[in-house]
Amino acid sequence: MSVRRLHATQPESFAFTPENIEWSKGQISKYPEGRQASAIIPLLWQAQKQEGWLSEPAIRTVADMLDMPYMRALEVATFYTMFNLSPVGEFFVQLCGTTPCWLRGADDLKSVCRKMIGEQGDITEDGKLSWLEVECLGACVNAPMVQINDDFYEDLTAESFEQVLTDLRAGKEVATGPQNTRHTSEPEGGLTVLKGTK
Amino acid sequence: MLRDEDRIFTNIYGFEGADLNAAKARGDWQATADLIKKGSDWVIDEVKASGLRGRGGAGFPTGLKWSFMPKENDGRPHYLVVNADESEPGTCKDRDIMRHEPHKLLEGCLLAGFAMGAHACYIYVRGEFIREREALQRAVDEAYADGLLGKNAAGSGWDYDIYVHHGAGAYICGEETALIESLEGKKGMPRLKPPFPANMGLYGCPTTVNNVESIAVAPTICRRGGAWFAGLGREGNSGTKLFCISGHVNNPCNVEEEMGIPLKELIEKHAGGVRGGWDNLLAVIPGGSSVPLLPKEICDTVLMDFDSLKEVQSGLGTAAVIVMDKSTDIIKAIARISHFYKHESCGQCTPCREGTGWMWRVLERMAAGRAQPKEIDMLLQVTKQIEGHTICALGDAAAWPVQGLIRHFRPLIEERLAAGPMQEAAE
Repeated sequence: MSVRRLHATQPESFAFTPENIEWSKGQISKYPEGRQASAIIPLLWQAQKQEGWLSEPAIRTVADMLDMPYMRALEVATFYTMFNLSPVGEFFVQLCGTTPCWLRGADDLKSVCRKMIGEQGDITEDGKLSWLEVECLGACVNAPMVQINDDFYEDLTAESFEQVLTDLRAGKEVATGPQNTRHTSEPEGGLTVLKGTK
Repeated sequence: MLRDEDRIFTNIYGFEGADLNAAKARGDWQATADLIKKGSDWVIDEVKASGLRGRGGAGFPTGLKWSFMPKENDGRPHYLVVNADESEPGTCKDRDIMRHEPHKLLEGCLLAGFAMGAHACYIYVRGEFIREREALQRAVDEAYADGLLGKNAAGSGWDYDIYVHHGAGAYICGEETALIESLEGKKGMPRLKPPFPANMGLYGCPTTVNNVESIAVAPTICRRGGAWFAGLGREGNSGTKLFCISGHVNNPCNVEEEMGIPLKELIEKHAGGVRGGWDNLLAVIPGGSSVPLLPKEICDTVLMDFDSLKEVQSGLGTAAVIVMDKSTDIIKAIARISHFYKHESCGQCTPCREGTGWMWRVLERMAAGRAQPKEIDMLLQVTKQIEGHTICALGDAAAWPVQGLIRHFRPLIEERLAAGPMQEAAE
């Protein structure tokens, strides 16, 4: 369990864009009548996507849209660790440090983060980068890996990871997925099964 | 070794397209209506005959689980919920199904939903799998556009809707009742059972929660027959399974293999062997972080199925094989797993909330040699006080890796402590 609190400095207000309001209606319609609370995670997520992080006014707005007590919405926002309760960098690095990644060099990636960004939670001065160590992201056969915003960057080394961060910061296109010669989760250096498909 | 023609997931690596046309070319959605017209009892009987056991970790017989749903509808809707909250450390198989074989999953949802009298299905994808969720949603949209879902799904006469839902980073939502709570818009805290979800699940209605892989193999089982699936592996442990091999191997990978394949063969054939050769092996965690590790002498001969691994006091779990060679600080490796459980405990039950953090702190000290020898027994005793004393199995899952470490590597811990700074203080 981790203790998670709202950020000390909160904005005055929050409003969804008209597109996001339409989008929210679509989400709410997935659930039976009277069960609109089910849509809270998708809506909070959309609010975070819009603003970059989740503020208290945003949590209240979502609670109102779903006819939920504020307390219930706050519980959800603080329980689920993907909700950023304070601002993050434009490229938010979630670094997997759990055992399968640790065995294959997650500590080296952490050193890169410390060198290029600083400590966990720090945002670089240009606002581009911040990082956090997270638990297993579910790409263990492509370890070590990180998630940056919506994408996974896999099979990293300290060098390739540094390159990814440098390129993202410079606004360059970076290929997602494995950063070595692999396609996805197949063994490197030749298939052992399904050889006819490649 | 499993023959390619017996593999269910022929596009697991994504070399072919994941779209509907490519999926149909691989045999998905082929005459699904004919299977449905054979009736729900037929579908359940085929799955029962196949001997399929749940692929999410616990290994409960899938056909039996489906048969627990009420036969008579009392007016409440029935739900199928697919657990795609894949977050067990070491496991990354459902991810590949969702991004490369989504139509196998969707067709399985229709068959399974029909078998249990459900007209609606929610697929709960873990929050971090954003691209996988998008891939799955694309597949759902394609299936609706092609008439495979919605009213009279696939021409079967059965109305069926599938909704993709997602979480936001909570391992505990992989526990079925926590998943249901989360899907209802609450914190993911497991419920007490009974009542079981088959009677009182999502929105208080009969619900069955299944793992992605269990559902995705169902169409192939129905098509090729339960007997075909049961003929692979051995009795009580039949069929094929996706294995995820990670850690200190030369070529980590996912691979579909026959149940009961020797662990050594699995690692050497598919993952290019242990780094530095088989003799450089220290230990393997055979089924995701929750199961106790196995030292090399057991790895030499053990078979990869539910019962074989149970016999050596471990488990198949999600079949996520985490390999550790002799360079590994095994105490530190298990301490990191304990940190995972400390982070992921939902905080509802005291033994787990307090115990996971306590175990982690003690293990960190042990890894650094800063503990007294008597604390090893104390730690073991605390794991026994957590195990079996919590609402859900997270407490057990946190306790077992620590028990496995002490069972097999006690001399190593003692050696480390003897060289540590607290030894003199104890004497």
